[in-house]
Amino acid sequence: MLEALQLPFIQRALIAGVLVGAIASYLGVFIVQRRLSFLGDGLAHAAFAGVALGLLLGTQPVYVAVPFAVAVALAITWVRERTSLGEDTTIGVFFAFSVALGVLLMSMRQGYTADALSYIFGSILTVTWPDLWAVVLLGVLMFLLLPLWGRWAYATFERELALADRLPVLRQDYLLAALIAVVTVMSVKVVGIVLIAAFLVIPAATSRMLSPTFARMTLWAVLIGVMTSLLGLFLSYYLDTPSGATIVLIQVALFLLALLLRQK
Amino acid sequence: MGALAVQTYDLGVRFGDFQALYGINLEIPQGSFVAIVGPNGAGKSTLLKVLLGLDPGNLRDGEARLVGRAEVFGQAPKALPASWVGYVPQVKSFDRSFPALALEVVVSGLRRAWPFSIGPREREVALAALAQVGAAHLAERPLGRLSGGELQRVYLARSLVRQPKLLMLDEPATGVDVVGEADLYRHLEAYQRQSGATILMITHDWEAASHHASHVLLLNRTVIAFDPPGLALRHECLSRAFGHVGHAHDAPVIR
Repeated sequence: MLEALQLPFIQRALIAGVLVGAIASYLGVFIVQRRLSFLGDGLAHAAFAGVALGLLLGTQPVYVAVPFAVAVALAITWVRERTSLGEDTTIGVFFAFSVALGVLLMSMRQGYTADALSYIFGSILTVTWPDLWAVVLLGVLMFLLLPLWGRWAYATFERELALADRLPVLRQDYLLAALIAVVTVMSVKVVGIVLIAAFLVIPAATSRMLSPTFARMTLWAVLIGVMTSLLGLFLSYYLDTPSGATIVLIQVALFLLALLLRQK
Repeated sequence: MGALAVQTYDLGVRFGDFQALYGINLEIPQGSFVAIVGPNGAGKSTLLKVLLGLDPGNLRDGEARLVGRAEVFGQAPKALPASWVGYVPQVKSFDRSFPALALEVVVSGLRRAWPFSIGPREREVALAALAQVGAAHLAERPLGRLSGGELQRVYLARSLVRQPKLLMLDEPATGVDVVGEADLYRHLEAYQRQSGATILMITHDWEAASHHASHVLLLNRTVIAFDPPGLALRHECLSRAFGHVGHAHDAPVIR
């Protein structure tokens, strides 16, 4: 175990895993209570299109995927606010657009596509320094935004009351959507595109069943996100299993446990 | 006539092709208890939301346009300090899946943000507000375990905790039993006596309205009557507000 910790790629994976686990679970509590789970799905596929574009251009995929996913997140929020289309329909349209674009871009790329698979299923071996710096930067940003928890929670609880109290609820919607987009892209290397939506939602859903208050739900979600990321990364290294699947299966096990223990 | 709590000038709201409110001219004196009565889709909730200072885009999904002007205590509703206004939304819109204790809901009314932890001073003030509506025993109870009437009281405490000068309630008596309704009026009247606040309350119950309100606002997309209960609730006004079968089809109701 200790010798593994000395390998730079393991160190990068662990730091990225812990940070991404914390941030994704923190945002996850808002996703769960605002019923935005499907947004995570849609943005994961936007990340796929962004990564495909990045690979095609031959740059660090994260540099292309982040702006692309944020743009999609803002567009989804904009269409949702401006039309009477439901959330699910709006996301569905952008979901399809992103997958179609991603597949098209992947097909245009010549040669070896094994690296693309690491994005789809996640691979701790492939967390690069630029990936890690991006995650650290996001971590600092989220830390600075912690004081907004009370306002986000208030608007999550009752949007109309928050509006009546002059909170900038619309701006919050955009900011949250953009942050979810960024953390989604950051999570790609750790959990893979197909499992990000679960990774965003399960820790929060688990802690929801165990917490009588939103404050405790937030704390427990972050703790669960960090612990399951750590445990999953270690197990995936020793068992040689895909990291994303390992982490998410541990999360689901915890979720089932919470389901049994839950307070009515 | 004393100072006005609410004044509107040819206020109208349009949702796409649907004229939800038009030509609303109101002068509501401070300290009055106004029961807002009207059929479904009469624009009652929309009127309250305009007075709350919500932007047209937030009144309902889709496009909305506001014409005319509303003033609350002589100012645009948006310019008013948020703490002057207390609001109790419709019970059916309450989200009980949010993990919260009743006490936290009340503190959110005080803080205008969700509390991560509650200080001793806030706790004291919030408990007093709960006690004011006979709900002190519910303080530590999760929202999911409150009955409709209990939830209603917690929301009432939430709106009272900031000592509002204007209190607006959207069908607070719906889903509450008769005893609960009598309690509600008792708490509202007690608060009004103590504070001199103005109360606007949407209700379906004319009977109760006529007993407790100082004014009745009969609304059907425009003002049918705004008078003391005896005058406003005359048969001719009611039939103009609620119409009969032949009448209801005159108006282009596109929803």
